Amino acid sequence: MRCRRCGNPGAINMRQHKLSLCLDHFPEWFLEQTQRAIKNYRMFAHAERVLVAISGGKDSLALWDVLLKLGYQADGVYIDLGIDHGSSYSARSKDKAAAFAAQHPAARLIVVDILHLYGESIPQVAQRRHRPQRPCSICGLIKRHEMNRVALEGGYDVLATGHNLDDEAATLFGNVLHWQVDYLRHQFPVLPADGQGLARKVKPFCRFYERETAAYTLIRGIDYIEDECPYATGATSLAHKETLNRMEHDSPGAKMHFYTNFLKAKEAGLFAAEETAPELHPCPQCRQPTSAPDLCNFCRLWEEK
Amino acid sequence: MHIVYRDKEWFVDQELTVNQMLKYLKLLPESVLVVRNGQLIAEDQKLQPGDEVKIVSVISGG
Repeated sequence: MRCRRCGNPGAINMRQHKLSLCLDHFPEWFLEQTQRAIKNYRMFAHAERVLVAISGGKDSLALWDVLLKLGYQADGVYIDLGIDHGSSYSARSKDKAAAFAAQHPAARLIVVDILHLYGESIPQVAQRRHRPQRPCSICGLIKRHEMNRVALEGGYDVLATGHNLDDEAATLFGNVLHWQVDYLRHQFPVLPADGQGLARKVKPFCRFYERETAAYTLIRGIDYIEDECPYATGATSLAHKETLNRMEHDSPGAKMHFYTNFLKAKEAGLFAAEETAPELHPCPQCRQPTSAPDLCNFCRLWEEK
Repeated sequence: MHIVYRDKEWFVDQELTVNQMLKYLKLLPESVLVVRNGQLIAEDQKLQPGDEVKIVSVISGG
């Protein structure tokens, strides 16, 4: 397999594109494709300020790196969840994020410490809520709320996450298995700001396979946390990814077609938003929009302490 | 060659391709990347005795 651009030995072969690229030309292609997704989905412009959600993993650090290389004004936000689990998981992932920021003087990293701000870490909240083994839904709720808060308070135009095509295809697979139509309505590379307190959210890596974002970080020498969150062991989304990869192995492009044809179908009107969407109002405490009758789910989480 | 994948390791004395190694270890090329002597390589590349090989899992999330 030779690089299509220069004929040198390929470092990565992307069977779904029938494309091999070398160590020099893969990062070049990766930047071009990211810029193309940003433009095609009208995610943001160079004049806008981008807040990148940083976990310390390969996707988020690669996204931050790419946006800076493309000349965007991109800051990072890291949510310290206080997960230790015998492996100092949060501390080590925060170190990766901080080390990246230190190497990029143009970039600013905002750290939100959940334990310091709200008095409990994610494992402590999960323990109180009798979900010590599986805190993922509580963690997701807290992360979404805090990332949105930082984006709004910091005057950022858009919140960018490092979700890749494998993430999106696994989510889609799960939602289709259970025909969760409401979730299918909201799955798209761009979710616009609602003008009432929800920031615009974008996924510039939604067309890349996970393997490609990992290849980019390896080639660029970006130090990321390779370990999974200790609570992710046995997660359904990981099982869905493995299933999809087996399909991909037998039929190259299966994942890509599954996801991109879903996007095309959505653009053609499938799973259009309901005319009678639930009415949102500002949470009386945090002012973020909620469909709950009084406090939002995030604020209720801490009220019950 | 010395092969490392997560917390496991193997020592192999014969030449083989990346694809052959992954097949032997029952790993899908879609789920991993292979780094030889610090450099990312594609599945058709040959591995030689003496190479230091790291297999990197690319699946993340939860």
